[in-house]
Amino acid sequence: MSEQLLEVECEIPEGSFNPVEPFLRTERIPHIWCAGCGIGTTVNCFTRALIASGADLDKVAIVSGIGCTGRVAGYARLDSFHTTHGRAIPFATGLKLANPELQVVVYSGDGDLFAIGGNHFIHAARRNMDIKVICVNNLTYAMTGGQTAPTTPSHVISATAPYGVFEPSFNLVQLADACGASYVARWTTFHVKQLARSMEELLKKKGFGFIEIVSPCPTLYQRRNKMGDGLDTMKYYKQASKIRNGAPTGECNLTKSGEIVVGKFVDRERPDYYELLQAQMRESLGERYAEPEVGCSEC
Amino acid sequence: MHADPRGVLTGVHFLDGDHACCEGTLAAGARFAAGYPITPSTEVVERFASRIPTVGGVFIQMEDELASSIAIQGAVWGGAKAFTVTSGPGFSLMMEHIGYAAFTETPCVFVNVQRGGPSTGLPTLPAQADMMQAKWGSHGDYGIIALCPNSPQECFDLTITGFNLAEEFRVPVMMMLDECVGHMTEKVVIPRAEEIQVTPRRYTKKPPAEFNLFEADKTLVPEMVKAGDGYRFHVTGLTHDRRGYPSMNVPTQDRLVRRLLDKLKPLAGERAIFEASNLEDAEVVVVSYGITSRVAQRAIELARKRGIRVGKFRIISAWPFPERHIAELAGRVKAFVVPELNMGQMVREVERAAAGRAKVIPINHAGGTVHDPATILKAIVEAAK
Repeated sequence: MSEQLLEVECEIPEGSFNPVEPFLRTERIPHIWCAGCGIGTTVNCFTRALIASGADLDKVAIVSGIGCTGRVAGYARLDSFHTTHGRAIPFATGLKLANPELQVVVYSGDGDLFAIGGNHFIHAARRNMDIKVICVNNLTYAMTGGQTAPTTPSHVISATAPYGVFEPSFNLVQLADACGASYVARWTTFHVKQLARSMEELLKKKGFGFIEIVSPCPTLYQRRNKMGDGLDTMKYYKQASKIRNGAPTGECNLTKSGEIVVGKFVDRERPDYYELLQAQMRESLGERYAEPEVGCSEC
Repeated sequence: MHADPRGVLTGVHFLDGDHACCEGTLAAGARFAAGYPITPSTEVVERFASRIPTVGGVFIQMEDELASSIAIQGAVWGGAKAFTVTSGPGFSLMMEHIGYAAFTETPCVFVNVQRGGPSTGLPTLPAQADMMQAKWGSHGDYGIIALCPNSPQECFDLTITGFNLAEEFRVPVMMMLDECVGHMTEKVVIPRAEEIQVTPRRYTKKPPAEFNLFEADKTLVPEMVKAGDGYRFHVTGLTHDRRGYPSMNVPTQDRLVRRLLDKLKPLAGERAIFEASNLEDAEVVVVSYGITSRVAQRAIELARKRGIRVGKFRIISAWPFPERHIAELAGRVKAFVVPELNMGQMVREVERAAAGRAKVIPINHAGGTVHDPATILKAIVEAAK
């Protein structure tokens, strides 16, 4: 079949234009992601959300940690930071506080954000730091070969759980909700329209926002668990997903092959960290409070 | 360029080293600090938290040292001068981000008020046992600058120097205090802002299309940008090319790692910071730094009263090690006496620079208090025989 596909002549009409291209460092393509991986799909949705949001792209910064999703920053034609394992959120915190006019997006994987970086996630959500966290959850450590992550559901076979995972996994949307995130949603890579719209909403939402995207790792998760290829996973997502906006996040646990509850679960108003900081200082110091200036090291 | 007067508390003060260090950060232009409490360093950020809202900037207490040491780097790329403060156990946790700062050439300052170790060790008592860790603690080959003040006045002055060097060389700078210097209270004179020289960040004037974030001129130090200015730049901890893009091959690695070390070479020679006296006729030279240099001073004075030709070489910039100066001295003195509040760290560098041409006598102390001057004096007397 693949040979037949190769023989199909692909004509690109003159003047045609891929709207995603201006957002990508096309000189770095091809990317490193495997065939059937969902990360590229999420990046496509993200670029469409950026277009729709009307954001000034010079004022959007993207911060990633380490891992397959950690490479997203490197392909985005934005001010982009590929940081250390687990530390995208505290880096983003410093970036945002030093330069509050920036829209700061953290784009990383489940292992990076919730195992090694879990402490930073809960505190940034608690503070309601005005950063947007997009987590591609492929339920495993993909870059290192498919080991057990804190998100890996029970009974899944992983490189470090050859007899099946038995430790309980995190429900990421419940965790984000419990820590006080202003916006919490979950989609799968099947839900491209909803995901792009949700990302646009996230970008416009003030405070700590979080989107989890359930995404396949055909190479190291689906294959090892005899769950088929990328297409089979799309079929599973389509069949098993239930859109339940506003569902109690405690009822949204992910399992190996059960229902996937998707939708927007939390959309609440809370003053963000910087607003609280400024209000406190004005209350305590009055006119003595000096507003921070961006880039004052030049002065 | 002169200091921003808003951060300069001009006057004559009675301050401890931690507080003086904080005033140094403000005078140097630091407008962002992230920290996690740890004895005996916490006073630096406590004072910063109190002062910064009226100067114009942000202090955030992070959830741990891992977070603090990377939050400051986010702030730097956002356009701020930034630092964090810690002591031994926290310094250990910051190691990965010292490597990240060195590799991504992020100018920032780490203040380490050293206490006795290893592990939790002696939280309230002095040591100088993180000196090797400051240089070698993160994985891989990289360069940093480390400065060792020995008084509250120097905590102020050298912190400004530290920020200036960080900007000039685009490196992380370590301020290596110790518990004694941090908690010692003395007179600190803070000059007027126009008397304080501050090195501004070297932002590029090139347009985005012509700018490469890791392309250096003959100084070997590339120019900077900050987020939000339209450069759409990329920073990674992976081995990267001049554009900042991952490029994991042998020639790129070789070129990058060598440049990061080579750009700091002036600090080993003509740019080294040290205090020397009585070297002209010296047969024996006491090499020391930080609080130990003040104990050594007493021993040196006693020895000279006895007619021993002993000189002083006080290391101020410990990394890069001022090896050209020690090597030059090694050719004309009998011996170096090296007292340290550790079991022998910088003495290895003295031995390396001396290369067998002069005797090197370590005076080790496991920390918790300072040396007895008599111990150093005895070693000087022995060395002069």
